[in-house]
Amino acid sequence: MEIKCDMYNQSTLIAFNTIVIKEVSRFMRIWVQTILPPAISMTLYFVIFGNLIGPRIGTMNGFSYIDYIAPGIIMMAVINNSYANVVSSFFGAKFQHHIEEMLVAPIPNVVILTGFITGGVVRGFLVGIVVTIVALFFTDLHVHSFPITIAVVFMTSVVFSLGGMINAIFAKKFDDISIIPTFVLTPLNYLGGVFYSINLLPEFWQSASSFNPILYMVNAFRYGMLGVSDINIGTAFFILILFTTVLFAFSLYLLNKGIGIKT
Amino acid sequence: MSALEIRQLNKTYRNGVVALLGIDLDVQEGDFFALLGPNGAGKSTTIGIVCGLVNKSSGTVKVFGHDITSETEAAKAKIGIVPQEINFSQFESCLEIVVNQGGYYGINRRTAMERAEKYLGKLGLWEKRHERSRNLSGGMKRRLMIARALIHEPRMLILDEPTAGVDVELRRSMWDFLIEINRSGITIVLTTHYLEEAESLCKNIAIIDKGGIIENTSMKQLLSQLNKETFILDLVNPITDLPELNGYSANLLDPSTIEIEVFRERNLNDLFKLLSENKISICSMRNKSNRLEELFMDLLSNNGNKM
Repeated sequence: MEIKCDMYNQSTLIAFNTIVIKEVSRFMRIWVQTILPPAISMTLYFVIFGNLIGPRIGTMNGFSYIDYIAPGIIMMAVINNSYANVVSSFFGAKFQHHIEEMLVAPIPNVVILTGFITGGVVRGFLVGIVVTIVALFFTDLHVHSFPITIAVVFMTSVVFSLGGMINAIFAKKFDDISIIPTFVLTPLNYLGGVFYSINLLPEFWQSASSFNPILYMVNAFRYGMLGVSDINIGTAFFILILFTTVLFAFSLYLLNKGIGIKT
Repeated sequence: MSALEIRQLNKTYRNGVVALLGIDLDVQEGDFFALLGPNGAGKSTTIGIVCGLVNKSSGTVKVFGHDITSETEAAKAKIGIVPQEINFSQFESCLEIVVNQGGYYGINRRTAMERAEKYLGKLGLWEKRHERSRNLSGGMKRRLMIARALIHEPRMLILDEPTAGVDVELRRSMWDFLIEINRSGITIVLTTHYLEEAESLCKNIAIIDKGGIIENTSMKQLLSQLNKETFILDLVNPITDLPELNGYSANLLDPSTIEIEVFRERNLNDLFKLLSENKISICSMRNKSNRLEELFMDLLSNNGNKM
């Protein structure tokens, strides 16, 4: 029984590794579409908002404007790329029907889910590192707490990978995988305190911003790097854990039911 | 032992289409089994349910004794599937597709590479192993799907119209390959529109129509039900009028060709004697259509289909 259990675990691990390797190979094969664009667009953010406009704004929460926005810009790249990786990969697999390769194999759905999520997390981290290197050309980055910085990047990329997965599961055509990033993710990113402190907003908009989950992620990451945050760090971690748990459970439920992937 | 045991399998799609109406089916281990039926009869739905691509509405399916609902992983591990439509990534190489599939079945990379060499080699694709799959011809894509389905060395291989769109030479070589793997002990379930293919390869057969099994027997038994055969006779000398051939229904297709129906109770010697008496010499003779095809059409016609 023990031997059988070990073999099962080993098989599951091989299946998980295969999905992850396939996912990482996929986005590395098309690095011009996946890794390069965030490096270029974030460079433009640093040039325009950091170098050109930033000196006229002065300081924010005691830091120069470019230092203040750098964590937000890195986090924005992590969010966009972890989401984009899973939504495009999973929907592509559905569209070309090669998701069936996994569905016919003896892989538990939780392994399929964690495999795709890991792919999204790896891309999120990789793009985060690339954007951090870009940022170093414009400013000196600080790290207030390395564990908090890493934990926030990890959990945020998990949350948005799960978001991408849910989007891909429900998507029926390519339009469906661009609607959420364009009309939901981008506004939430820009209104999530990447470029400003919410303390600058009127009270009503401060309260409205508290419903934006990206606000918590950006501020938790900023706390990890600069040691300042508009949000209590404990609350931010609670929100991250809550979103991770709920989205993971929901994604697994959808896969188990075969919604969007089985007839 | 039953390789596949289906009991009271029902499927109604979300749009209300009823695809399966409580079908029962048994495929024995080592069998070469044909599942035939017209388009939309329920063949692909049945296969989809067995492989885990379609959710069943009710009923049970067991693969080598493992229930697909309660012992999903154990059942899936025993099946290899070659689907009707191409379903691999167009951007990956043949080797990546086959080795990754091995990985999904928990086979380590080294073993998967060895098996990939074996099966891609047998199917004539080893030279193309680094080629992106989208660059392969239609026949190569079908063979790639067979190699992929065999990478985990399943005990049952299900092929959903594997030779559709494949040229005659390649179809014959695929038949030889399927016979070889069946002889090695792998149970094969085949759906095909080429009834000649089913007649040549399969030992047992089920015919599905309108979501129900209308025939499930051995190929030999089924063919013995054929009570008449239609032959085409090519004449040595052309004739203008067809003489009366008592007891045979005959038709002159052109001055050199006669179509004639021969019932089981009549023997061919009598027919040739009759033709000789009428000074008609035959240079060649062939079945008008495949024997299974004649039976298939009769069965569907009896089931209320317009032929």
